[in-house]
Amino acid sequence: MTREFSRHKPIYKQIMEHICQDIVRGVYVCGNKLPSVRELAIEVGVNANTIQRVYQELERDEIVVSKRGQGTFITEDEERINVLKEEMKKEIVQRFITDMMKMGFTYDEMLTTIKEEAKNGDSSESSL
Amino acid sequence: MIQVNQVSKSFLTRKALSDCRVTFEQGKITGVIGENGSGKTTLLKIISGLLKPTKGTVLIDGEHVTRRICQRVAFLHDQDYFYWYFTIGELIRYYDAIYDDFNKEKAETLLLFMNLRDGQKINYLSKGNLTRLKMVVTLARDVPYIILDEPFLGLDPMVRKSMIQSMLRYIDLSKQTLIMSTHEISEVDLILDDVILMKKGRVIAHESIENIREYEQKDVVSWMEDMY
Repeated sequence: MTREFSRHKPIYKQIMEHICQDIVRGVYVCGNKLPSVRELAIEVGVNANTIQRVYQELERDEIVVSKRGQGTFITEDEERINVLKEEMKKEIVQRFITDMMKMGFTYDEMLTTIKEEAKNGDSSESSL
Repeated sequence: MIQVNQVSKSFLTRKALSDCRVTFEQGKITGVIGENGSGKTTLLKIISGLLKPTKGTVLIDGEHVTRRICQRVAFLHDQDYFYWYFTIGELIRYYDAIYDDFNKEKAETLLLFMNLRDGQKINYLSKGNLTRLKMVVTLARDVPYIILDEPFLGLDPMVRKSMIQSMLRYIDLSKQTLIMSTHEISEVDLILDDVILMKKGRVIAHESIENIREYEQKDVVSWMEDMY
């Protein structure tokens, strides 16, 4: 997860997003164990308190569960993960719509562009 | 917890600190920032018992700070203070002899991590390796408080990186608290919990870094510039 962080947004939120993206992409599946706070802190290069907060917030959102003495795990609740996928999808689409609207595009124009891009963009999507 | 209560410090006629009030919480990493001559080093030395305040008091876990506080505070200066004729191994044995809390195994691990060898003479170490060695003997002490004064001064990016990594690996925030002064804020802002901003001998702000990012949507450097 060695990435550049934006310095204008809380680091704990950015790490939460990375983990949620990893869950949506299937890097982590239900019941998987996450690295320990210390391991992840060293790997990402942030303070252990920040990672502690990440796990606490994810637990509050019921995306992970911490088991005493064993560590932190992705929830076994598949329904919760599906909801997370939907939430993340909606969030990105809503941001896209807001940006496009600001520039004066209509829904129809957006849809046309998306369809066109989907046709010739099949090869580039996997490189994410 | 460290409580600095209305601390002032004068050197002859020059006022270095005036009416500083600040609390350092347990288990956090706090950066002390501010321009040259703003009083960072003086404040850290007073907390470590190396200087006496002209006015005011400092309490560490409720105890008044005197020179004896060095049993619970490890301090890394920005100046050189080793016997130059020692080898690294001799220095480690020396520290082991004078500090009860010195953890020799941890020191050996840290030497390996920093790529330093027992037999090297201190006199012949590069500036980067000398600073790495200072960090080794500071972090090898099992003390509740670690204070670093300008740990990155004059170091290249590689050395700075290994210094930061060593902090993440070898400081246990469930038992230890770290305070450091630095000019390289953008270098360390990812590992800090809080920042204390000093100007002309006063503490002008104390904030959580994540709050600065979250509520002011600023990075620490521009926050500091706006506060000044």
